[in-house]
Amino acid sequence: MTSPVATRLATRSHGALAEIGRGIRLGLVALRDVPTWAPQLLPQMRRLGVESVPIAVFIAVFTGIVLALLSSYIFTGAVPLYFVGALVGKTVMMELAPVLTGMALAGRVGANIAAELGTMRVTEQVDALETLSYDPASYLVVPRVLAATLMFPVVTAFAMAVGVAAGWVASTNLLDLSTPEFVKGLRQFYRFKDIWFGLVKSASFGAAVALMGSVQGLKSEKGAQGVGAAATRAVVLGCEAILVLDAFWALVLL
Amino acid sequence: MIRLDDVHKAFGDHAVLKGVTLDVPEGQNTVLLGFSGSGKSVTLKLIAGLLRPDRGRVEVDGATVHELEGPALAELRTKVAYVFQFAALFDSMTVEENLRLGLVKRGLPEEEVRARVTESLAVVGLEGTEARYPQELSGGMRKRVGIARAVALRPRYILYDEPTTGLDPVTSAVIDQLMIRTRDLGVTGLVVTHDLRSAFTVGDRIAMLYQGTIRQVGTPAAMRESTDPVVRQFIEGRPGLEEAAA
Repeated sequence: MTSPVATRLATRSHGALAEIGRGIRLGLVALRDVPTWAPQLLPQMRRLGVESVPIAVFIAVFTGIVLALLSSYIFTGAVPLYFVGALVGKTVMMELAPVLTGMALAGRVGANIAAELGTMRVTEQVDALETLSYDPASYLVVPRVLAATLMFPVVTAFAMAVGVAAGWVASTNLLDLSTPEFVKGLRQFYRFKDIWFGLVKSASFGAAVALMGSVQGLKSEKGAQGVGAAATRAVVLGCEAILVLDAFWALVLL
Repeated sequence: MIRLDDVHKAFGDHAVLKGVTLDVPEGQNTVLLGFSGSGKSVTLKLIAGLLRPDRGRVEVDGATVHELEGPALAELRTKVAYVFQFAALFDSMTVEENLRLGLVKRGLPEEEVRARVTESLAVVGLEGTEARYPQELSGGMRKRVGIARAVALRPRYILYDEPTTGLDPVTSAVIDQLMIRTRDLGVTGLVVTHDLRSAFTVGDRIAMLYQGTIRQVGTPAAMRESTDPVVRQFIEGRPGLEEAAA
């Protein structure tokens, strides 16, 4: 005989799978409606991507400096100091630039999307869109998810370059390391995969963050408080998604 | 024709509609009266396909609204326009962009779109506001833009959700005249309100929604003469309706 717990679990799993299936079907339908989402794409790329560059650069600068100092502290007396370049390069490109940029953008982009769509939901603007024959998924969700998917890697690429540069500046000015030594370390272990691994990850982070923001925003209710709660949930879920995806890509690609 | 047949709708444990049956005849303004929270707006959202009934049928021109999806639902929405309680204008867009949005979706040529925007703003007396944003308009002006957005689509039906709530008497009268003018253009209206003055001005028929069902339907004259204690007390604005209904 099946236990009540197992029955409940099965029912819930079935419900969750049905919901995911419905979401995918609606997403595909929305994606096919190109005339609706295409005009929104460029403005969203600018808003979610280009305007996020300063915060990503700010984080990358300090990450690069700290990494250089930290690796020098760890290596001194045990490992040749030019390995600082290797550690800064590998860590910034493969992990810290994508993940820290992703986290910062989960706050900036995820909360922004959730608050915007949440406000539209509670002020009936989403209903108004529907009455004008627009699919809110096509008009609101698809351009944001696509823009974030395309622009997170661009912002991350900036962060990678700035992070490595900041590590180099810190190494040559604060440590007893010359530019040729830093570059030697950087090049010795460099593989092209370091870059594309980080960029692929960041594209998936962008999709997840924008999707969480959109879903939470469109689910908003109960006025300003509900919108605030949606923005908070979007950031938390976005960060969690980034960590899970980070582990997933490490398992799959490394 | 819009027809609601034994429509039920609940939110969680709270049953809002408990078997609403109502016909909205063509070419007339039907007013749906009732208290705040009595389910009037829910009724409109069921007709517009924004909500699904738990039981019963909502039909527009013979099509069951909740059975429609994709292009069929979009087709229905070309017939039914919605004027929202707080206008629901897109606040990141100008007045002109708000009006254009629905027209562009219908694939109208640019000339036609421009003509309709100009014409609709003239109908509501808001010429020259094209470049302004909703936050630069008064509440009454926003509602008129909401009506212009609906009129621009040239629908068969317009659903008005509390069109005069929160407006001064003069602006309310302007909105009433707009609803009458729209009806005279051949558009069927379903007006949700608890503003009695407005209801008796614009309504060709009045229905009263009370405790989840239609309590009475009739002409304005018939409603004024109603002997139903709930209708009487609502019209006279006297307290103690709950006791009267019991």
